[in-house]
Amino acid sequence: MTQLTQTTNPAENQPAAFVNPSSQRKRMKEMRPFFISVVAIVGGLLLWQLASMYTSPLFLPSVSLTWAAALELISDGTLQQSILASSGRILAGWGAGVLIGVPLGIFMGRFELVRQLLDPYIEFFRFIPPIAFVTLAVIWLGPGELSKIALIFYTTVFIVTLNTIAGVQAVIPLRLRAASSLGASQWQILTTVILPSTVPFMVTGARIAMGNSFLTVVSAEIVSAREGLGALIWTARNFSRTEWVFVGIVTLGLLGYLFDRVLRIATKKLLKRYL
Amino acid sequence: MVRGSSVSIKRVGLTIGTNEIMAGIDLDIRAGEFVCLLGPSGCGKSTLLNAIAGFQDVAGEILVDGKPVKGPGLDRGVVFQSSEALFPWLSVRENVEYGLKLRRVDAAERRSAAERYVSLVGLKHAIDKFPGELSGGMRQRAQIARVLVNEPSVVLMDEPFGALDAQTREVLQSELDRIWKSTGCTIVFVTHDIWEAILLADRVVTMTAGPRASIKVIEKIELPHPRDPADPACMALYARIRDDIGAEVTRVLRAQGLIEEELVK
Repeated sequence: MTQLTQTTNPAENQPAAFVNPSSQRKRMKEMRPFFISVVAIVGGLLLWQLASMYTSPLFLPSVSLTWAAALELISDGTLQQSILASSGRILAGWGAGVLIGVPLGIFMGRFELVRQLLDPYIEFFRFIPPIAFVTLAVIWLGPGELSKIALIFYTTVFIVTLNTIAGVQAVIPLRLRAASSLGASQWQILTTVILPSTVPFMVTGARIAMGNSFLTVVSAEIVSAREGLGALIWTARNFSRTEWVFVGIVTLGLLGYLFDRVLRIATKKLLKRYL
Repeated sequence: MVRGSSVSIKRVGLTIGTNEIMAGIDLDIRAGEFVCLLGPSGCGKSTLLNAIAGFQDVAGEILVDGKPVKGPGLDRGVVFQSSEALFPWLSVRENVEYGLKLRRVDAAERRSAAERYVSLVGLKHAIDKFPGELSGGMRQRAQIARVLVNEPSVVLMDEPFGALDAQTREVLQSELDRIWKSTGCTIVFVTHDIWEAILLADRVVTMTAGPRASIKVIEKIELPHPRDPADPACMALYARIRDDIGAEVTRVLRAQGLIEEELVK
């Protein structure tokens, strides 16, 4: 009897004492990927700093030198201006590309004739990178904003269109039958079944296109722009300031990550039921 | 309460390429009747249902309430075997309101009609859930409500309980019996489950195995509802239908060379 109480009592009392460590352990488990990422980033920065100690700053500027350059570019407003200029172009070109690419993809996916008419062009142009059009864009649209926005539009519209077509073709045929037997006209089927079914594909297309827009904006700005992150990277050459190049590159990476995060969270919130 | 429509199928056949899928099908279904199409898989019973629904063009003539079928229509509701037919981005309520919304029925009327039919299928407690949150049986209830809300005079059901577990199937069978009586619509129900056909139907139409599928026997069932499988009359009926279908299954197996293989082993 005494033996029993001795063995059961601590066991009964323990759960209260155990709650804390176990929930803490669970939280640790959830935070693990985050900690690993932090370790990876800090490790990378350390390696960079170490490597820079054995080379000239013109070849590889150190982390601290890059940080100082960033502060310098922030204090005279160049960095903010570059971010705004590049972001504006990306958003305008990407936004227009999504707005045109989605309906284009829907119609091409749904109507055989439209697809057959446009298919040769899509198949031809999708192998031509936007950089190949930089010169033409400047000749046709001038050195101003329009040429750069047009190039980003070009890069976006293909990806979004092709993804949307794939989405339309992946619509479950049973749902089309169900809709038509519930009295939907062809147009109503398009707007109430095909469009919502295709949303996950559009979102994927839009996200990939966002990445490509960053690639395109830099090449366009290198060729012709006074402002923008591409221009910043390119003009650094004239001043032999390799650290500005690094500031531009790191900013591009962070900005891209931020845009993608915002896009992901926004689509998750706004389009939750379609994903 | 809706008035059911008659369905008359005259010399219906379907040939795809050189394959004669079905041929010479004649069947008259009374308004308000519950008819089960029964047969081995591949006998064309779903094809015949799709023809009535207007999804499949066929030779011959199909008249619903005396008017020839030309494509899908609101007078014929279809309940599919797969609950993928529901729209996963719409809640149960929105799925049920879908047909009404297309016809621009005003919001208040839509709401009350949807609630009435969702209650009829016993899904009131889950009306604001999404299909992905429901069990297979609940999803089929939602499909039935989505069809009934349009008050079709003919309801076409393609093995609607085929993917459900045995217990859920039994529950839904007895509920369908009740729903059918409370709406008064004509039901054409495809199944390969003999008991299901006996429990539900006024007439069981057994089809021959394809190719050239056609009607083999029509059994009229005049037993009172709800029917009890332990009733000797049901048992006798079961044995008869089983033998009819058994003969067809044997024919199919022999055609596929499967029976000989079994013997060799």
